[in-house]
Amino acid sequence: MGQRGRNDPDRGSEPPAVTTTQTPSPAGPATEGGFTPIRAKAAPRPGTWISAVIVALLAAGLVGFLVTNPVLEWGTVATYLFDVKVVQGVGWTLLLTLLSMVLGTVVALTAAIMRRSENPVLRGVSWAYIFVFRGIPVYTQLVFWGLFTVIVPKIVVGVPFGPELWSFSTRDLLTAFWAAVIGLGLNEGAYLAEIIRSGLNSVDKGQTEASKALGMGNGTILRRIIVPQAMRVIVPPLGNETIGMLKTTSLVLAVPFTLDLTFATNGIANKLFTPIPLLIVAALWYLAITSVLMVGQHYLERYFGRGFDARTPARPGRGGRSRQAAVNSAGTTPQDPLPEVEL
Amino acid sequence: MSQNDENPVVIQVEGVHKTFGDLHVLKGCDLTVRSGEVAVLVGPSGSGKSTLLRCINQLEEPTAGRVLIDGVVQGYRAEPLPDGRWQKLRPAEIAAQRSRIGMVFQRFHLFPHLTALANVMEAPVQVRGLPRAAAEKKARQLLERVGLGDRADHYPSELSGGQQQRVAIARALAMDPELMLFDEPTSALDPELVSEVLTVLKDLAAEGMTMVVVTHEMGFAREVADQVVFMDEGRILESGTAEQVIDAPRSERLKGFLASVL
Repeated sequence: MGQRGRNDPDRGSEPPAVTTTQTPSPAGPATEGGFTPIRAKAAPRPGTWISAVIVALLAAGLVGFLVTNPVLEWGTVATYLFDVKVVQGVGWTLLLTLLSMVLGTVVALTAAIMRRSENPVLRGVSWAYIFVFRGIPVYTQLVFWGLFTVIVPKIVVGVPFGPELWSFSTRDLLTAFWAAVIGLGLNEGAYLAEIIRSGLNSVDKGQTEASKALGMGNGTILRRIIVPQAMRVIVPPLGNETIGMLKTTSLVLAVPFTLDLTFATNGIANKLFTPIPLLIVAALWYLAITSVLMVGQHYLERYFGRGFDARTPARPGRGGRSRQAAVNSAGTTPQDPLPEVEL
Repeated sequence: MSQNDENPVVIQVEGVHKTFGDLHVLKGCDLTVRSGEVAVLVGPSGSGKSTLLRCINQLEEPTAGRVLIDGVVQGYRAEPLPDGRWQKLRPAEIAAQRSRIGMVFQRFHLFPHLTALANVMEAPVQVRGLPRAAAEKKARQLLERVGLGDRADHYPSELSGGQQQRVAIARALAMDPELMLFDEPTSALDPELVSEVLTVLKDLAAEGMTMVVVTHEMGFAREVADQVVFMDEGRILESGTAEQVIDAPRSERLKGFLASVL
């Protein structure tokens, strides 16, 4: 991370390492700084050109293959790309991704904070949760949640072996959709817990000390100081996990939940006996959603990076000023004849 | 010290020991700081100055001995239990005791995700429950007071070390502390930025703030300290006025230390 700005005047003024007898002549117009920038010719890079030719040939071959291969049936792809069932499938897939990631993040944050707790019971519960849900394949977990209403038909609140205070049937609440969300979310939470834990640990211990010295309680320190700074470390892998989740939702037929994108395209493909064009339809949609998610991740990273990287200020209207420029403008460096503070 | 002798005692450190495993860092320290007094702790690195300072606001728990602020035992109930043990306070009670003591760190420890203004507002809003508008007004006044009124909307990464440390002082002052602790406030600064921070410290001392300052700035000690405390190997070897301690050292250790820093 260079601390100097891109348009630092010092950059171009390094003396050239030439040993010609000729004295360097003023080849260009002198700038206001009174020096002449070096007129440099780039070093030859033949590798760039060779690789460009090879890649261009391969790309042309690929395009030719995609256009001429009759098995791909682009006409079918076009017909079904915006089919009602497919678009609805996209909606359900997005909803599954979103809800299970929200559930997973909430569970993971809780588990990560419990893991750091001084209370050994909470630490143990968190460890056991991560052990179980990270250790069982997500497909198996989804089948389990699909069968949950069979395994646990009724949930009863009451005294164990004693009177029953209140009860409800799980079948009324746990639809296939919610079983899929819970299954995906709890599995994801176990992975995210470790990511969030390492993010929380990445925050300098001095931050906690400074907060304690101001009289803040542990909850306030976590919520206001530690978590916002940890997010900077957590968001990139969280984005990764979200994209992973988008694709994991294709497993929800294990529940079985049968409205998501993969199930929709498979259903059409089975009816038409043309699996390949509908695989392309599904692939295009997953790619499109991933692109949108990547844009979202970019903005999240910028938001939580505020204050850490002065080149991308979170507030508009300040432009991309470098840290060094900011320090210089502070006027406390010795070169500045006018210190801004008269104390 | 003379002009303050009738003032009430604010900090009373009694026989404090601190061990980290086998390491005996503090070996029975006693210190009395009266209201409005500036005590400067000096000594070679590793002598226990910072640990003693951190015991005063419970960032470290003394292994033996006790610390009283305004006569109130820190970290424990005032009276021992019938079996002779001391009942520790709950975290919220400890936080309340700490909130009356301001602390400034060597490495600033500003909150990097918050602007200078938000750094100063954070504790009054979150701990004292001050309305945001009132907290902002107060924070702007404090930033003005440390000469950074025009830097309120900058993030710490956009400020020089001296400016960051002055924001840290404003942040501590925002809690209206009864006393301030400074842990080597200028040691992480470039030499030309030291004076801007020391000026703020001198102003605070002149306004009558009770202060304990760990520093290597002997000039500052001579100018501002009511009490200079020399520590070596976990013990307080000499204490008294700057004239007594800096100009007329008695122990060989202090003479050696002064020769190396002056």
